[in-house]
Order: sequence, then C-alpha cells, then structure tokens
Amino acid sequence: MIRETGQQNVILGIFITIILVYIMRLFYVQVVDDEYTASANNNVLRYVTVYPPRGVIYDRKGHVLVHNEVFYDLMVIPRQAKNIDSTEFCSLLGISIEDFSARMAAAKKYSSIKPTVFEKQISKINFYTLQEKLYKFPGFYAEPRTLRYYPKPAAAHLLGYVGEVDERLIAKNAYYKMGDYIGISGIEQSYEKELRGQKGLRIMMVDVHNREKGSFRDGALDTASVEGQNLVLSLDGDMQLYAERLMQNKIGGIVAIEPATGEILAVVSSPSYDPNLLVGRVRAKNYVQLLQNNLKPLFNRAMQAYYPPGSTFKLINALIAFNEGFINGETRQTCSFRVGSHSIHCHPHPGPADLRTAVQYSCNPYFCKTFVNYVENDKWVNTEDGYEHWRKHVLSFGVGRKLGIDIPHELPGLVPTVKYYDKYFGKNHWSATTVFSLGIGQGELGITPMQMANIVCIIANKGYYKIPHVVKYIGNEKNVPIEFTKKNFCDVQGEAYDVVIDGMQRVVEAGTARVARLDSIIVCGKTGTAQNPHGKEHALFVCFAPRVNPKIAIAVMVENAGYGGTWAAPIASLMMEKYLTDTIKRPELEKKILNAVILPTPKVIPDSLQIPD
Amino acid sequence: MRQQKSIFDNIDWTTVLIYLALVIFGWINIYAAVYDERFQSIFDTTQRYGKQMLWIVLAIIISLAILVVDGKFYEAFAYYIYGFFMLALLLVLLIARDVKGAVSWIDIGSFKLQPSEFTKFGTCLALAKFLSEPYTRMTENKTKIIAALICLVPMALILMQNDTGSAMVYASFIFVMYRAGLSQNFLIIGFITILIFVLALMIPKLVLVGVIIGVSALGALFLRRTMKNILMLAFIAIVGCAMVYGVDYVFNEVLQTHQRERIEVLLGKRADPKGAGYNVNQSLIAIGSGGLTGKGFCEGTQTKYDFVPEQATDFIFCTVGEEWGFIGTTILMAMFLWLLIRIVMIAERQKNNFVRMYGYGVASIIFFHIFINIGMTIGLLPVIGIPLPFFSYGGSSLWSFTILLFILIKLDSYRMFVLR
Repeated sequence: MIRETGQQNVILGIFITIILVYIMRLFYVQVVDDEYTASANNNVLRYVTVYPPRGVIYDRKGHVLVHNEVFYDLMVIPRQAKNIDSTEFCSLLGISIEDFSARMAAAKKYSSIKPTVFEKQISKINFYTLQEKLYKFPGFYAEPRTLRYYPKPAAAHLLGYVGEVDERLIAKNAYYKMGDYIGISGIEQSYEKELRGQKGLRIMMVDVHNREKGSFRDGALDTASVEGQNLVLSLDGDMQLYAERLMQNKIGGIVAIEPATGEILAVVSSPSYDPNLLVGRVRAKNYVQLLQNNLKPLFNRAMQAYYPPGSTFKLINALIAFNEGFINGETRQTCSFRVGSHSIHCHPHPGPADLRTAVQYSCNPYFCKTFVNYVENDKWVNTEDGYEHWRKHVLSFGVGRKLGIDIPHELPGLVPTVKYYDKYFGKNHWSATTVFSLGIGQGELGITPMQMANIVCIIANKGYYKIPHVVKYIGNEKNVPIEFTKKNFCDVQGEAYDVVIDGMQRVVEAGTARVARLDSIIVCGKTGTAQNPHGKEHALFVCFAPRVNPKIAIAVMVENAGYGGTWAAPIASLMMEKYLTDTIKRPELEKKILNAVILPTPKVIPDSLQIPD
Repeated sequence: MRQQKSIFDNIDWTTVLIYLALVIFGWINIYAAVYDERFQSIFDTTQRYGKQMLWIVLAIIISLAILVVDGKFYEAFAYYIYGFFMLALLLVLLIARDVKGAVSWIDIGSFKLQPSEFTKFGTCLALAKFLSEPYTRMTENKTKIIAALICLVPMALILMQNDTGSAMVYASFIFVMYRAGLSQNFLIIGFITILIFVLALMIPKLVLVGVIIGVSALGALFLRRTMKNILMLAFIAIVGCAMVYGVDYVFNEVLQTHQRERIEVLLGKRADPKGAGYNVNQSLIAIGSGGLTGKGFCEGTQTKYDFVPEQATDFIFCTVGEEWGFIGTTILMAMFLWLLIRIVMIAERQKNNFVRMYGYGVASIIFFHIFINIGMTIGLLPVIGIPLPFFSYGGSSLWSFTILLFILIKLDSYRMFVLR
C-alpha cells in the first residue's frame, strides 16, 4: 500500500475540526454565557434567614409586659416523606386523613425538595409529645419561631401587635421579606427598628436531595443576626391593669402621666381586649371579630377620640384670662349669664363667686363671662383678633395639634379657627356671645384624653410639659430619646397657676368632686360633664396629686355616664390611691365602680373581650 | 538492522506520558466528583477513587505485560482473538446481568467485567489484519463486504445487549477503511445521511425534498451530462427523498423511547429540564458555572453534590469543566488532540501495513469516544452513554483503552528492525 497523505490529512482534519468546534462551544458555555453560574447557585445555595429574638418589653417596675414564646412550625420535604404511617401522624397532629393528603398535595405542588410549612405554630407543650415520635416520620422536621406573649393581658392599644409583612410593606421597605414579622400598631410599630434587631443570613450549600452540606465559602458571606433591643416602659403595669378593670363595661379613655417627666403611667381605651388574641394563627379570626364589634374595641379612644372637654376646659380659660390681666384672684362675677333668650344656669353655690370659688363649684356664668370679656376686650382690634389671641394661647397648652408622642396614630384634636366660624356663621356675623360655650368647654372643641392629661401636667408643673412618652429606656444603655427631656413652656406663666390650683384643691375638698379626696394627700382636680350629641353627658375628671411635687396627673373620660363627679372622679381617685399608696381603703367605692355597667346599648361585651381579673 | 537491547527501547515515550497524564488527571477528577468529607483519603478503596487507583495499578501491570510479550503474537493470532471475543459476546447474551437497561456485564466473583469493552481491540486487530492482507483491494466489493462484516458482527451482538452507545463505536472503523483506500464518497454519504436525518426532524419534509431535488437538478445543469452522471443524480434524488420519509419510521419504530426523547431534547423540540433533559441541563450548568478558571479542586458543587448524574463515569467531563474552568477543558481537549495526532503519526511511520491499520483503528475508537462523550456533556449530541477514554471511572473501559494503546506502542517499537 502506498503512502496516501491525502487521506491522512482528511482524517486529521476531521479530528482537529471537531476538537476546535468543541473548544469554541466550551468557550461560549463557560466564558461568554453567565446564565449557567446563576443556575448553579440556584441549584446549590440555600439562603437561610436567622431571625433574632424580638426585644422584650418591661414596665417601669421591671415586670415583663411582652416577651417571646417559642413555637414550632412543622416543615415537610415531600420527597423525603416516604412510608409515613398517616393514621398515627394524623392523630398526633389532630387532623383528618383528608386534611393530611390535601396538605401533602399542596406541599408537593410547591416543591418536592424544598421545605413547606405543614402545620404552623405548634405550642411548646404539644411539640414535646410530637417530638418524641418525629423520628418515625422522615421528611418532617420542626423549625422554631417566636411569637409574642403578654403575661399581663393589658395595654393592648398601647403595645400594639406583630404580624407577618404583606406585599405592600415589602414593596415599601426592602429589609422585609415574605414570612418576616413586623410591628403593625402601638409601640411594636413605633419602636419596630429597635425591637426587631437585625436579621442574619446564612448561606448553606445543599446537595441534589436538599440535604445541607455545609456553609458556602466557610460562611464568609454570612451575616450575624443582632438581637432586638429591650424596651423599658414608663407604664405601671399594675395600675394599667387596675385602670382597665375599673373601666370594664364602660366606654372611654384614661391617661395618667408623671408631670415632671412626661412619662405615661397608664393609658386605657375601653373597651379593650386581651392582646394575646392578636397573636399567631388565631389573629386573623379574632381581628375580624374585634373589627366588627359595634363597641369598636380596636379604636384607641385615649389618643384618637375627640371629646368636648366640658368644664375641665374652664381651667385653661381662667389661666389665659388671668395671664392677660383680665381677671385676678379677687375678680367676682354674679352667677347669671344671659345671651338673647339663652340663660346659662349653674349649680347652687355661694355668690358672687371669686375665681377660686368659680373653679370649686364650676360656675358656668363666671367662665362664659370671662370668655366673652376676653375675646371682646378693648385691647384687641376686633372680635376676630381677640379670638385669634385666645386660640393661640389655648394651642400653647398642647391641644389642636399633635404632641409628638411615641405611640403611633396620635390625632391633633380640634380648636376651631376664625375661618371656621366665618364659614359657619358668615364673616362678621359672629361674636364672642355667639360662641360663648367655648368658655365652658362645649361647642366645637375636640380634645383627646391624652391631651387633657397633658393639660393637667402643665398646670401641675405650673407652665410647662414634657412630651408624653411611654418608653423610659431603650436597650441596655438606658438611652432616653432627647426630645422627651426638653421642657415645653406654654404661654401662661406665674401666679395664675397658684390661684387656679387653689380652686382645684377646693374642688376635691369641698367642691364638685369630694369623692376624690384621699387621706393625707392633697389632690387637685376638676370635674367635667360634657354635653354631646350622642346621648347622656360624658363624665370627665382631671386631677393631679400631691399638690406639692406632683407625682401623677390623670384625665378620665367615661362616655355617656353623666356627672363627672359621680363616675369619672372615683375612677381617677382609685387609680391615685393605688399608685400613691398601693392599697385601696375604699372597697365600697371600688366595688360600685367595678360593677357599674355604662354602655349605650343593652348589648353586653362578648366574653372574649372581658379582661380577666 | 539493529539489535533490540531491551523491551523499553524504541518505545514512544511521548504517547506513554500523555497516557499517564490523562489517567492521573482522570483519577484526580473522579476523586473530586464523588468527594465525600467522611472519606478524604484518595487511596480509600471503599470509595470509587480508591478503586480507580487499583484499576490504574492493574492497567500499568497490563501495559507492562503487553510490552514484555512478543508483539508478533497479535498479528499472527488476530483472527483467533477476534473469534474469542465474539464468542464471549454470545456468552454475555446468555448469562450477563442487567445494568441500567444494558445487558453487558459478567460477574466474576464480586468483580464485574464488560466484554464489549474488549471486543473493540479484537475487532481492531482483525480489521487491521484483514486490510493488510496482500490480496485485499479496498476498491473490490468483496473486500468492502468482508471488512464491513468484521465490524457489523460485534456491532449487532452488542446491540442485542441493548448497549447502543458501545455498538455505535464500531461505526468509527470507517476511518480505517477510508485510509485503506475506501472511496471518500462513503464518508460523504455517511455525512449526508446524518444531515438528512437531523434536517428531516427539524424542518418540513416537503421543503427538504424540494432542496434535494433542487440540488440534483443543479448538478444536472453543471456536470457533464453523461449517462453515468444522470443516473447517479437520479439515484441520489430518489434515495434522498426516500430517506426523508424513512426517518420517521426509524425515529418512531426503531429508536427506543428514551433515545427519541434525548434527540428531541437536543433539537430543542422538547423542553423537559426535569425529565429527559435533566442530564444535559445539569451537565451544562456544571460546566458553564466553571467559568474561565474554574471553582478549584474539590470546590465543584454541582458534581460533588450529585446534581450531575453519573458524575464519575459518563459525565466526568463536567467535573473538569466545573473545577478547572475553560482553561482546564481546553488543556484536556488539547491533550486528547495531541494523543490522536501522535497515534496517526505513529501509524503513518510504519512500514508494516498491519500496524498502520491497527494504529488508525486505535485513533478512530479513541476519537469516537471523545466526540460522543464530550459532545453529549456540552449539549451538542444526544445523551449516549459511553465513557471518556482514560478518564471515566471503571476498570473495564480503562483496561480496554490501555490494551488498545499499548499494543500499538509495542508494535511500533519494532519499526526500526523489522522490514517486511
């Protein structure tokens, strides 16, 4: 056979061509196209979120108000779940066989190798019995999750609740991913950043059967989780619970503040509910029930309900007029006030009264006249000018605007403007005598219980307040937010307070609220009985004690209860007694209040809303 | 004429070194592919890498034995060796057990042997022997038929074992016949057949028929219109059209379901990344994610964590791609090409026609394995399970390639002193 280089070259040519084509293909697959790297990561990497424990919340005495309870989510990896004795499994979990197969089918549909939640939030106790048998059921494992627990079922509105994030929240804030929890209301919402801590991330490698094979790049890309910071509240848990009990079967709001610091000691909105109702898998069902309840238990009356302040507002009118020099401690007025056919009445009391007596007996004509004299005074250019001055000073008492409290959804309240009356009556068609009822806290005024309590603080402090707040310390460093340490001065300063406080002391000692007297403690208060379009008068009482170095200021509002002295004053008084002396020496009064049912309709609050004793 | 001093004289050490490099690189990659933290020693014989080490040691013993034994034996006994392996194949059909659909293994104690791996070298010997007989003329039909039969008999027997991949390897002997003087038309016809098969599955048949008739008509226009040419063109047109319509029959009736699916996946007619397309998809992900420089030794997640199936045997190339990157795959391809060129060179420098033909047989078999195996892993060919020479895990395949190559090296060592 002769040497045939042609054929040799053809064969070598084929070899070389194929190898070169393959190398080109490899260049494309390995170097040019990035898609495969992404697919490889998708295959092998599992991103495991490490949830830090949420911060614990304490009250001012160090009692736990909110902590975390461990629950277990039962997870399933359908592909590994083979030869399951479903009868035994179902009886362990307390579910039906049909339910079991339906859930397995749903899990398989999602993924046969990725874990799916099979049963949510199994309590610790139930989990222990399950855990012993879990080895019999391959493919099932438990993942611990924490849920909030409230040992004292109190302060639901204040504390708020925690829930899973929804798509809207995820779109707004990139920190949150599906399945994360977030504070939805109350201080859980306003202190979300502090409480939640910082999520961690572990990148794990898994094999084709989804078995963990170790951490990716020895954890170089992992991030550690940071525990949520604990909060210490200024709230007094015992008094809070007591106040809520006093308010049971009544509607309204209570706020108690320590005047010197602005620390909120109690904040009640009634009817309330057990915060444990809005935790975990029962939350959705209970939330709907609470939402549909006609007494609106989810509505935070303490900070969002506008009430006419009634006679409690006379204190502000007195202070403003005094400060302007229009009245003084000796100014007397006869107990009659007449506008056109209107005649304002009063309770029987000695007259003509001076300012102290007028406060003591809540003399309506006195304060109507004072208001009219103020607005129509020659000092001002006209009525509107006078009214604007009056309104400006009222606003300096922290009404008609938000205070900047650290609890979300605070509302500003309402003090009508000149414009408002111009629109309502027509320009130049109104005067102080048209709106005189502002002098006694009626008319178009809307003030929240929180604002009323703050007004009391200003009086107790004789001219300033600190922004009411409920968080005393954040975290271990005991940080106090700086904005809460600043004094906010109002327009009225000086002697006016001494005279008004004299009057308030007399209210309790010999006036409209004698029921609020405490042994050996000087209590200063003011009753209010506010007419309103919704039925019987609202009962109000504001007070602080002791007179020197006040420790507590309270505003109590009971809707449609009648006289402030009859229903609101005892509640405030019992709270003070509890807070200042830690004992209740008036069991009869306590019993009367606890048993009183003051509801607008004969409907009884459902069992689930009752606050346990 | 020089006297041979030792058996290691005149050995082509370049080929031996390429062989050793491939075998050791293969071993390292098997280690990485099935790497298990619990069994870290590469010498642990309970693991595949440990076993492969044993196979390598045995392969070296076999190669030494081949170098020691007188090389004239192979030429003299070529037909007997061929006959022996044909009988072995028949025996396999009777007694072998079923491994993954293919009936091709014989158990010897706890040890499994795959005779079809060894028939390659038996067939190679017989074909070389036949084509180097003084009376063979490749232009004669008788020679063509006998040469074809030498290849088709083992092919048929292996097909009966249901091992399509191994059977296809025997098609590669067409290169040997071509070198022996077979007309290039056969290579062209083979190429056109494959082309028509693929096109018939991808484009409408009428279009394809139109193209074939059009090409024939163009030929009639430009070639000299002799009777012979016209008859040939007419023949091409008719056979071509018949093939187009025959493809459906072959595809649907002859091929098995999994083979059909694999071809459909390759042609993009079937998107099934979790089913029939799983292997190729995962293989491409593993190789593609290696990038330019690879993830590093034992850092390949796709192969190590079993995303790639058969990662130590048929898909061992994935580990190279993932852990050594484009640089690694290119070097490996270059080494294979170097080996092939070296073998062709060895074949061409022979004075003995038998050795030359045998050398081409070795090159053809090795090339065909590389072509099919790597083509499959990079998604250019359908999934056909045959091993990557010297690389894939498994004793039978390593030994058969070792025997194939070292017989050539032994025969080549006589080139200096035998002149016939």
